[in-house]
Amino acid sequence: MIYRMSAVLLSLAGLFISAYLYLYKLGKVGSLACGTGGCETVQWSPWSRVAGIEVSLVGLLGYAGLLVLGLASLQPALAERKRPAELLALLAGIGVLFTLYLTYLELFVIHAICRWCVASGVVILAIFVVSLFDLRRLARMRNS
Amino acid sequence: MAATQAGMKRFYALFAVLAVVGLGALGYLLTRPATVSIPANVTVQPSDTSGFAGYVKGASTAPVEITEYADYQCPFCQTFATLQMPTIEERLIKTGRLRWRYRDFPLQQHSFARLAAHSAACADEQGKYWEQHDRIYQGQSEWAAARNAAPFFRRYAQAIGLDMSRYDACMQSGKYAGRIQSDLNSGVQLGVSSTPTLLVNGRLYRGRFDSDAITRLVDSLARQTTR
Repeated sequence: MIYRMSAVLLSLAGLFISAYLYLYKLGKVGSLACGTGGCETVQWSPWSRVAGIEVSLVGLLGYAGLLVLGLASLQPALAERKRPAELLALLAGIGVLFTLYLTYLELFVIHAICRWCVASGVVILAIFVVSLFDLRRLARMRNS
Repeated sequence: MAATQAGMKRFYALFAVLAVVGLGALGYLLTRPATVSIPANVTVQPSDTSGFAGYVKGASTAPVEITEYADYQCPFCQTFATLQMPTIEERLIKTGRLRWRYRDFPLQQHSFARLAAHSAACADEQGKYWEQHDRIYQGQSEWAAARNAAPFFRRYAQAIGLDMSRYDACMQSGKYAGRIQSDLNSGVQLGVSSTPTLLVNGRLYRGRFDSDAITRLVDSLARQTTR
């Protein structure tokens, strides 16, 4: 259960990071606490939207999905079921791939690094890793 | 292996603490007085400029055009704007001999230069660009040293009679960041590296920055064009 608990707490952290970036784009929180200025460059670049939707909103919805899924997977009826772990790993895996694409854009296209985006990248990678550990735990339980 | 009830309780307590801290931080950010920042180095979109090439005053038929690249926070620009420009305006612009084009060249070291340029652009939306431009330069000494210059610009906007709900919405949107950047980019392409820089009929001006020198130059160029 420790893995799913970790996934839930990490999803909550990711949710707040995305919410902060999205509120910034909506002009609700003034300037970004970034330090390097790279955050604003990234956030106002043409790549800050995907198919017309703010990337930070995509992140917000993704983390909200992970949070709901993670909390559901902690319920006694689902605690030892494999499906929630598979869904967590799938959703986090998609998040990792999306983050890799965004990191590529930051490094090679926009030429600026947003620290908050890096933080979100670390969070989604950590959720993916703990969900894989959870899957391994369930596989071992089945084998023993 | 199911988690113990005590373990779950500890987890939910930690979850609640994190949620409260996160929501509290977001709540604080949402309720604190807004400080607008205008991003630098944005990628300029065609829609940012759509034909815009600086703020112009003076007759379109004037024989001479001067383009000024300036930074609202630069002290030299302030002196030029407040001491020399009134004379240049009276002698040359109002008499139809000179057309003046102002373009933003916010220097990196001036933290409020873009904000000032954006504030003037928002005043332009309501047809009061030059009024705000003048107010910002006149007040440079008070806002340049402040922690946050936005309230000063807002006060000037109020004083010149702008519709403040439109002004606030414009400032919050940061919609002219691309236009300011495109001005800066155009200056860099022309070889501008300091402020103020003047281009007289498109050529970099290397002379003195006083109204007498500029009057002599405009008169001489005007004579050449009318010959």
